[in-house]
Amino acid sequence: MSAQDWGDQRIEIIIGALLRTGVTLAAAVVFCGAVVYFARHGGGVPNYAVFHGEPENLKSVSAIVHGALGMSGSAIIQLGLLLLIATPVARVLFSAIAFALERDYLYTFITLIVLGILLYSLFLASG
Amino acid sequence: MNVLEFSALIALGSLLAGFLGALTGLGGGVVVVPMLALLFHVDIRYAIGASLVSVIATSSGAAAAYVREGYSNIRIGMFLETATTVGALAGVAIALYVSSSAIAIVFGVVLLYSAYLSSRHYVDVAHLPSSKLAARLRLNGSYPGLEGKESYNVTGVPAGYGLMFVAGALSGLLGIGSGAVKVLAMDRAMKIPFKVSTTTSNFMIGVTAAASAGLYLHRGYIAPGLAMPVMLGVLAGSLIGARVLVKARVKVLRYLFATVVVVLGLEMIYKGISGRI
Repeated sequence: MSAQDWGDQRIEIIIGALLRTGVTLAAAVVFCGAVVYFARHGGGVPNYAVFHGEPENLKSVSAIVHGALGMSGSAIIQLGLLLLIATPVARVLFSAIAFALERDYLYTFITLIVLGILLYSLFLASG
Repeated sequence: MNVLEFSALIALGSLLAGFLGALTGLGGGVVVVPMLALLFHVDIRYAIGASLVSVIATSSGAAAAYVREGYSNIRIGMFLETATTVGALAGVAIALYVSSSAIAIVFGVVLLYSAYLSSRHYVDVAHLPSSKLAARLRLNGSYPGLEGKESYNVTGVPAGYGLMFVAGALSGLLGIGSGAVKVLAMDRAMKIPFKVSTTTSNFMIGVTAAASAGLYLHRGYIAPGLAMPVMLGVLAGSLIGARVLVKARVKVLRYLFATVVVVLGLEMIYKGISGRI
């Protein structure tokens, strides 16, 4: 097995652990949010037939964190979903570091392009 | 039906969607949107938001299992993600200018096409010469086969790259993983072995979906009460599916999934044309 293969395999094992941790954490937070949400709104009537867009406090990263700290079930769920969206972003960030450590500059560059696009979507784009 | 019952039913349906999606490498989203829109009468924009989130869960959950098996090719995935993420941003931009009916019709066509592709029998081509571009990008690799390690070469890079842009745009427009187009690009255009292409596709889907999900969150498409049962259900289903994939026979699965997808595709097109979505 070549040095590159060894490096790749190690990266893949770490990425696997990273993805599992991210998804598990996200699912746990969403689940906690669901408990609070059901306790307060479980008997209500669901209404998703007409699109009206989610309110401002469930649309931006800072507002979601603020709402979750205030124990809003919807905001806690949304925080979990944010963690889920952040998982592939973390995976790409980690891959960039791993490629750089391997001195694979072509792939470090390619990975940073992908990371830039993801960060633009999450933070810079106004939607 | 109250919120609790509604959520339980959606979680159950999503579990099944995630299971099938992971088994076929097509992602759960391809079944989630029609299920929400047709069965539960959810506005297609909320359905797309919830589906997109579930797609990230499916992809990341299943990919975590696959990377350990050594099937997915991280360089192929990362290289092609430059095409899928840019495509995803383009798809979200297009979504602003088209009606729900038009989205439903496009969705239906994509479903039928996915079914057609997944029902076709495909034989891996053994030991092709590598293209120069693939060699320079170090896309060639190996995976654990029946008799030890099997190496493969990659070709058709420009065509595969172009198809990946389309896959990304469809993902952003429809809230799906576009696994069918991704597998098409890798199987047919780039001649990557089936197990490698499906698992690498699954690996890429999460990153592609994350590119659209940020934009959709800012636009209020992601409703927590709806996304929650979808995400948890699909995730559970995909984890079970990923465990079965390694042992299962690919051909049977493709036929099974194709049947479900054809029915949903026809229904989406009908509802879109008659303006009832």
